[in-house]
Amino acid sequence: MDMKTEKKTLNLKERYRLLTRDLGWEPSYRSADEVFPYVKYEGIKVHDWGKWEDPFRLTMDAYWKYQAEKERKFYAIVDAHAQNNGHLNITDARYLSALKLFLQAISPGEYAAGKGFARVGREFPGVGTQVACQMQALDEIRHAQTQIHALSNYNKYYDGFHAFADARDRIWYTSVARSFFDDAMSAGPFEFMIAIGFSFEYVLTNLLFVPFMSGAAYNGDMATVTFGFSAQSDEARHMTLGLECIKFMLEQDPDNLPIVQGWIDKWFWRGFRVLGLVSTMMDYMLPKRVMSWREAWEIYGVENGGALFRDLARYGVRPPKGWDDAEKAIDHMSHQIMLGLYQWSFGTSFHSWIPSDDDMEWLAKKYPTTFDKYYRPRWNHIKKLAAAGTPFKNFGLAKLCQCCQLPVVFTEPDDPTLLCNRETVYEGEKYHFCSDGCQQVFENEPEKYVQAWLPMPQLFQMFDGDVAAWMDWVSLRDGHDNGDYDGSRDQQNFQQWRGLATSNQ
Amino acid sequence: MSTVFIALQANEETRPIIEAIEIDNPQAVVNREPAMVKIDAPDRLVIRRETIEEQIGRAFDLQELQINLITLSGNVSEDEDTLSLTWNS
Amino acid sequence: MQIDLRTVSIKPLRNTFDHLARRFGDKPASRYQEGSYDIQAAENLHYRPTWDPDQQLYDTGITRIVMADWYALKDPRQFYYSTYTLARARQQDTAEANFAFVDSRGLAGMLPDELREIALKLLVPLRHAAWGANQNNTLICGYGYATVFTQPCMYQAMDNLGIAQYLSRLGLLLGDTEALEAGKEAWLHGAAWQPLRRYVEDTLVLRDPFELFVAQNVALDGLLYPLVYESIVDDWMSARGASAVAMLTQFMSDWYGETRKWVDAVLKTAAAESEHNRAVLREWISAWSARAAAALVPVAELALGTEADDAVGEQVAALSARVAKTGISL
Repeated sequence: MDMKTEKKTLNLKERYRLLTRDLGWEPSYRSADEVFPYVKYEGIKVHDWGKWEDPFRLTMDAYWKYQAEKERKFYAIVDAHAQNNGHLNITDARYLSALKLFLQAISPGEYAAGKGFARVGREFPGVGTQVACQMQALDEIRHAQTQIHALSNYNKYYDGFHAFADARDRIWYTSVARSFFDDAMSAGPFEFMIAIGFSFEYVLTNLLFVPFMSGAAYNGDMATVTFGFSAQSDEARHMTLGLECIKFMLEQDPDNLPIVQGWIDKWFWRGFRVLGLVSTMMDYMLPKRVMSWREAWEIYGVENGGALFRDLARYGVRPPKGWDDAEKAIDHMSHQIMLGLYQWSFGTSFHSWIPSDDDMEWLAKKYPTTFDKYYRPRWNHIKKLAAAGTPFKNFGLAKLCQCCQLPVVFTEPDDPTLLCNRETVYEGEKYHFCSDGCQQVFENEPEKYVQAWLPMPQLFQMFDGDVAAWMDWVSLRDGHDNGDYDGSRDQQNFQQWRGLATSNQ
Repeated sequence: MSTVFIALQANEETRPIIEAIEIDNPQAVVNREPAMVKIDAPDRLVIRRETIEEQIGRAFDLQELQINLITLSGNVSEDEDTLSLTWNS
Repeated sequence: MQIDLRTVSIKPLRNTFDHLARRFGDKPASRYQEGSYDIQAAENLHYRPTWDPDQQLYDTGITRIVMADWYALKDPRQFYYSTYTLARARQQDTAEANFAFVDSRGLAGMLPDELREIALKLLVPLRHAAWGANQNNTLICGYGYATVFTQPCMYQAMDNLGIAQYLSRLGLLLGDTEALEAGKEAWLHGAAWQPLRRYVEDTLVLRDPFELFVAQNVALDGLLYPLVYESIVDDWMSARGASAVAMLTQFMSDWYGETRKWVDAVLKTAAAESEHNRAVLREWISAWSARAAAALVPVAELALGTEADDAVGEQVAALSARVAKTGISL
């Protein structure tokens, strides 16, 4: 009988290679082209999938173990939050607008990303790449679900959450995020990786999650802090995957550089526009603010993005084309979008409001070169109208950008007094854009972007301008879900419930 | 110079990890924010298993970092003993 | 001031989200329902896929199975991410303990040589088949319709990967890295494995997610798992003194017992939907299970020799009976 033999000691890398990458094989009964039909049409050349560097070498045993621990922690907090009326701990129910927007626009994006990663987790021929993408697919299901579960309790007590699934497909502002994820998923596997794995995860999610979740902590919302940070712990893996993927493409063949650069330009701008909604959440929707959008941009955009592109310069990659225009927009965008949301608040399933004097002081301090000059006067005007009993409402249709789908509310990069509006005629039809960045995305692939579903014209085509019928279709309860926070049911209930908690009435 | 960083949830499990990072990276700056600790360092940050083990008095697998990790920035390189973040700048 | 919020009793405005109230009535929803129903975009999709402009981004038309409501394909385990992960983490604890036990007691070294050889020859190449299963379930998750149907496929895919990794560890424990090399060589060139590899490669080119579900989870795994892990490892090998091997494959046996309930529920619901579905499923299951059975005979021979035919035949009959319970008679 054999004695116990000495086994070779395997290091982490070698063990991972054997347990994961060695599982695949070159098919011989079928051609690789049949098995991986979508990997060539984008023009990316890969000579050796074996050169792929695995960012985190997680095997399934470790994945289950660590993720289970995260899940146990997360649901313990969410349960306690629901059992103890944790919703009354938030600073003010105004804050919930940010969460409503998040659930309607971002959580469905997490789910879509999961679908997309399942697809590329199958379509890439390299085992290491596939497994990393598959884990991300699984994580994204997690994120969508933990977000829904964390916000479920708010839905029981507050308006605006109840129809998030309907809003995702039908209401107008969600199509900013929806069109972004649809755009990525309808692209090929490599472009998808640049879109979601690199631009969104690496360049932009820090801006989405870190300051926003710190904001949730400042505003007493432990449920959101928990899902945010818990999701973000997976993001560290995802970001690293995105970075490895871009380096891999650039190292495989010099011909890949112009294609990759084009995608970086496109997806930076697409992502930047989606984050416009986040800028508004940060500057306006948090009753107690942690940092301004400008400050967050300095840390996670300028400093972190700068470091990233200095690093990638060795491959010949330059910073995204729209970077300078983005920088010029930073001090304006949150104000421009909030003004837009306020005037169209009849059609949003969350509340907006006129910033208080205190809020305006804070905004003036954080945006010394722009707020007092351009935006305070407009808010003051709106405030006067509201005081006179004739609140400013725009029932006209917002003109939406054919690419990013935000209303055309942004100004020229070099002239904040001039509305930026670009037009392209394609096959006899005129299309509108909010910026040079969006126009270029369209012009590079017009046959794709003419297909975009634009939610505003729908109001006329389907409902002949009947706003009530449209509200019904998007499951928006007029007088509860929409309009000004001031005087809303959310405001009344929150004050009353807090009163119950803090007095003996 | 480029800044690399790692952010961890602020809790009892990460306290000794953060101490270990400070020991191994004297140039690092520790920022304590609500519910989160973000550690910045110029160009390079190294996390060593041994140093963490000295702080906590038990064996530690660097992959345990996953549980409390919030975000990071830099090229990641990981083996049994170290996890490093670097930028070429 | 410390507020004791628990003392506040307030009445909720509503029980659940609108889309769940429409499906299940106006009452509090389970976390499974919240995390699984209607969370995939359904309307007003923006762009056609550039990789196949004939498809929509989420398209019910890419399979021959027709469902009025794809959300009917409920997972009886009601797995969402959290319950799935916690279940697997528990099983992983057991598997880890089993590997440690076999290793620390030197049980691998005490295996009769002949049985260790059989275990290596039979089980190690199967890690590649499990990788094929991972590919297929990932595809079903990616292109299938409705979260209740697709999320368990992602869980299944990751389980397939986990199983491939347990088989690799088994190979390392019983035969070190040479065992993995030999296993791959057998998978690529050994005569016994070619019909199975051909089967797997033929499934890798399927693009109908439901046919793939049948070819992988019903036909192949419905025969392979009970044949290899129950008949050969748990019974035949254990009876000959190799129960240590069964400890190393306990995850697979338990896993198959659990996942087949889900597979059956999917079949049953799809078949009950229409005669059309039933006929398509019958056609697929018959064709793929006949091929799978033929491919598994030379594999079973590695352990059972001349008894392999009968052993596979028993499994074919058992699968047929199992499928009949879902309303599909072969």
